Amino acid sequence: MEKFQTLHSVMLPLDMANIDTDQILPARFLQKPRANDFGAYLFTDVRHDGKGQRRPEFVLNQPQFAKARIMLARDNFGCGSSREHAVWAIFDGQFRVVIAPSFGDIFFNNALKNGLLPIRLNPAQIQQLFELVQHDPQTVCQIDLVQQMILIGTVFSATFEINAFSKHCLLEGLDELGYTLKLLPQIEAFEKSRSL
Amino acid sequence: MPETQRPITLFEKIWNPHVVMARDDGACLLYVDRHLVQDGSAPAFEMLHQRQLKTRAPDKAFGTPDHYIPTLGRDLNTVSDPEKRAMAQALEYDCTRHHIPFFGLQDARQGIVHVIAPEQGLSQPGTVIVCGDSHTATHGAFGALAFGIGASEVAHVLATQTVWQQKPKTLRIDIEGPLGKGVTAKDIILAIIGHIGAAGAVGYVIEYTGETIRNLSMSERMTVCNMSIEAGGRAGMIAPDETTFQWLKDKPFAPSGASWDKAMAHWLGLFSDPGAVYDRVIHMRAEDISPMVTWGNSPEDVLPITGHVPQPCDAITAVKRQALEKTQAYMNLTAGQKLTDIQIDHVFIGSCTNGRIEDLRSAATVVKNRHVAKGVQAWVVPGSGPVKKQAEIEGLDQIFIAAGFQWREPGCSMCLGTNGDQVPSGQRCASTSNRNFVGRQGPGSRTHLMSPAMAAAAAVTGRLTDVRELI
Repeated sequence: MEKFQTLHSVMLPLDMANIDTDQILPARFLQKPRANDFGAYLFTDVRHDGKGQRRPEFVLNQPQFAKARIMLARDNFGCGSSREHAVWAIFDGQFRVVIAPSFGDIFFNNALKNGLLPIRLNPAQIQQLFELVQHDPQTVCQIDLVQQMILIGTVFSATFEINAFSKHCLLEGLDELGYTLKLLPQIEAFEKSRSL
Repeated sequence: MPETQRPITLFEKIWNPHVVMARDDGACLLYVDRHLVQDGSAPAFEMLHQRQLKTRAPDKAFGTPDHYIPTLGRDLNTVSDPEKRAMAQALEYDCTRHHIPFFGLQDARQGIVHVIAPEQGLSQPGTVIVCGDSHTATHGAFGALAFGIGASEVAHVLATQTVWQQKPKTLRIDIEGPLGKGVTAKDIILAIIGHIGAAGAVGYVIEYTGETIRNLSMSERMTVCNMSIEAGGRAGMIAPDETTFQWLKDKPFAPSGASWDKAMAHWLGLFSDPGAVYDRVIHMRAEDISPMVTWGNSPEDVLPITGHVPQPCDAITAVKRQALEKTQAYMNLTAGQKLTDIQIDHVFIGSCTNGRIEDLRSAATVVKNRHVAKGVQAWVVPGSGPVKKQAEIEGLDQIFIAAGFQWREPGCSMCLGTNGDQVPSGQRCASTSNRNFVGRQGPGSRTHLMSPAMAAAAAVTGRLTDVRELI
């Protein structure tokens, strides 16, 4: 897993609630192996019209957000299907952070396992961020995982929660499976105690 | 017996004994009793192979293909996309070399994993059940803690038989009173989602309680629990009772003989203690629930069939108003339009939500002696081989075929169209599935979710219809 420590980036404002994983990565790409660049399919049906032309009104197609590595969204981001491909599409699309008031549970877990940092802020803070981007799309947001801080110059600062283990894994680029494999003796003992 | 005196919830009675260990940050390593794998699991097996890991407890896993298989016949070669075909083939290969029990495409017991696991008695009370599919909550109908996981977690479970979870909060949804005419389990869960919203249960495990729930059959309970995820819930569950035990008795993978008695002794204690405290409680009345239909692109965009497409000017915030306008543009609907004036092109009866025998009976009752409306393409896709066979024994297939429906082979099919069964762009589908997202049934498709009876009514009239007028 790629390490995550700090990030400076403009934000992609996805001003919608309930953005589901079918929109993020449509089901017809689920059979593709992980080696693919899933970023090429990110939001593809929202991004393109019926003729395959890019819709200029969709923020992902707007040049001022071309270098954005932070997504900003409303409630329940990543709801729906458990497909990890949705996280892969966002990650391969060069995003490393998603900020929203709440997330689909499975998406949230999937993100942390793939080097994508999901940050929950309260709706008022989210509203403030949307307003800052609306006022100036070039607003640069600074994310510091060590300090668990989000800073925008002197106009915005917030702390965010993340559990210590996920933080450690992200900072070091470690994955959970490697850690759990070291716990196999405990798992074996648990199995034995149950079968008594 | 544990000496704890504090009354606890059904959820805690399942969660607590499955905790292998807790991390300092509060996450718990949960032991998994049953791991269901389907033909979307290739990436997870690939992760395992990259690390040269074996499946730790293959006898606790179970595999069947459902997402990528054809429903017009059983020949995998009819799936034209080689990558899609490879997904179903990979599952058989992976299950074989990992010694995981597997029902293949030619097996009469094959079907949608969330239909066949209960059918075979693999889904049992008090167990932790996971699957790399978000509709795993279905199995909570048996009083199990059942939830969907991602590919990395599937690999983790295969390798360790455990999964890390933050302990969720508990939400009790209590429903009292008798259901009205034409109102089904699908209408209950759609009404719940409409009431609490698509994010209403994020971070919670839902326990459904009350007289209305107690009176549901297992099939109906599965429909309710199945769509817990559409309310944002981690899982949904219903305490096991006589209805549950009757279902499980003599099922192929259910305990038998002395094991059955031992299991029953455990199962009979699986209920929330009187006075158990939930983080949140919601009360609803069954008499307030009508036949429901969705009009938008989130399951929370749901109304009684007697309703009208909402007016954007009624939205409370600018964000919601814009969202409404966008949804109505995608769905090609006009604000204020009567829901019963919406014409449909397709009907899909099936899926893990509504692909069981009772669903087909309910639809067939409406369809009998009627015909599919001109210009409408209507499909029935049974949830499993046994469901299909039972329907054929009862003559339901003949009712559907005589009415102009296509009678197909079991699979996930048009719920998400991974096998190529899609709703064409711009067309509208009355569907018994679980998601009405943008493009869910195919790029540009428009989905209206409803019960099997309501979908049958739409099929014969060619528009969204109040089924109560036909029964």
